[in-house]
Amino acid sequence: MQRVLEVSGLSRIYGRGCARCAGETGPAFERNVCPACGSVVAVHDVSFHLLPGEILGIMGESGSGKSTIVKLLNFDETAGGGQARFFDGERTWDLFGLNSAERRWLRDNRMGTVYQNPHLGLNLDISAGGNIAERLLMNNVLSYREIRERAVQLLARTQVPADRMDEHPRRFSGGMQQRVQIARALVTNPPLLLLDEVTSGLDVSVQARILDLILELQEVLKISMIAVTHDLGVIRLLASRTIVMRYGRVVEAGLTDQILEDPQHAYTQELVAAAL
Amino acid sequence: MPTLRNLSPLPYNEAGQPVLRIAGLGKEFYLHEQGKTVPSAKGLSFEVRAGELVALVGPSGAGKSSVLKCIYRTYLPSSGQILYRTEGGRELDLAAAPESEILALREREIGAVTQFLHCLPRQSALDVTARPLIRLGESPSIAREKARQLLSRLGVPVPLHPIAPATFSGGERQRVNIARGVIVPRRLLLLDEPTASLDPAARDRVIGIILEEKQRGAAIVAVFHDLAVAGKLAERTIEIAQPVIPEDISADLNSVIPAKAGIQ
Repeated sequence: MQRVLEVSGLSRIYGRGCARCAGETGPAFERNVCPACGSVVAVHDVSFHLLPGEILGIMGESGSGKSTIVKLLNFDETAGGGQARFFDGERTWDLFGLNSAERRWLRDNRMGTVYQNPHLGLNLDISAGGNIAERLLMNNVLSYREIRERAVQLLARTQVPADRMDEHPRRFSGGMQQRVQIARALVTNPPLLLLDEVTSGLDVSVQARILDLILELQEVLKISMIAVTHDLGVIRLLASRTIVMRYGRVVEAGLTDQILEDPQHAYTQELVAAAL
Repeated sequence: MPTLRNLSPLPYNEAGQPVLRIAGLGKEFYLHEQGKTVPSAKGLSFEVRAGELVALVGPSGAGKSSVLKCIYRTYLPSSGQILYRTEGGRELDLAAAPESEILALREREIGAVTQFLHCLPRQSALDVTARPLIRLGESPSIAREKARQLLSRLGVPVPLHPIAPATFSGGERQRVNIARGVIVPRRLLLLDEPTASLDPAARDRVIGIILEEKQRGAAIVAVFHDLAVAGKLAERTIEIAQPVIPEDISADLNSVIPAKAGIQ
């Protein structure tokens, strides 16, 4: 079966790390801090793959390591171990074996990230259109008219009123900031989109519209996405398959309806029982 | 379009091969918090061929829906095999097949109508119904037209088509569910109480649609409470009782392949 992304043995430790880190942390010990050296084992030996056009859910509570996975994949952080291969058409990228220029090019062109916090994904002090243009400029699209047209198109697609294109996103509502972030992420037509808690902290009605938008983008543009969230409702709505994380490990993986209706792991059962 | 099969009653010469063979299927749930195992279906074996309907009957809680959910992989079976023959003639165990394969089969070959309608919120009944067809690449306008016809045939009034089913009555929702379940011609259909909560007129419309699906060549496994409806539609009836001792009360004793319900 064709894949967009294949991740194996992904690990990341914050701190100096020691020989006991991996063996004495995780769900069995109910901790991710190594008792021997005090390092935080954020992610250990995580493997998964992403199919073309699918949305893979990564579910877990704070500290489970789910957001670290996004940071490792988009080079915000450096992986401590493991491999991630990104199959982009004819090319295969070994994500953790690239030089910094390659990493930057890939991040600016072939993947998009939407963060929970718009400050991380946007420059709030340049206009909404400028935020989008910036990514196109990095991408060597140089004609002003071309850039402007593309920005208008993307903002329309993400339902940001065109007359607000020249305003600074700082003045936008949280939901609108997320839309601009999504527009910016999409501007280079990346085949891979990473969504890190994109609807957390928004009003329920705004959340709903963002989720609708994400589903529409998946359906129309067939973009493969990883959606990191602690929210079972988001998982149920978006993801075809889901992995459940706790203390830096994957405790369960499966079809989303199976994870939610027939959870196998004690932790998943607890999560599902708490939500329903 | 390669995905929309023609509606000939039996696709090529596969009339002799079962579409689904279930052998020794069992399901139990282990609840970690209580340290308890809750049994559901047990030691169940049967076969379904193209154009046949196997009815699962029995009291509530006996595990009828569990069987359907195991076939659809919403539940992970605890024991047994669920052998499905694909359109391409491959046989694979749905209990063990890779998730990607299950997802692909759900889009094209295996349809399920659950007891309650789960759908995306804020979408009209028409879009909910048309969606499986659109996902397969059909043009939205053609898919919506087909959805409109199906919903009307099932007696969902036209003024309701543009409205989200969240506000519908139970019976209306169920019919949206059925329309969505049959809009793509499937090889295998799993129906959970398709006629429950319907008035007699609506029930007859649903029965008509199910009969058509059989005629087209769909293999169907359906859960029924209403034995009269089961008798009308089923080639074979499997009773799932409590405690779970499945018993094959074949509607047709001369049936070439009687369902074999293993008793443990």
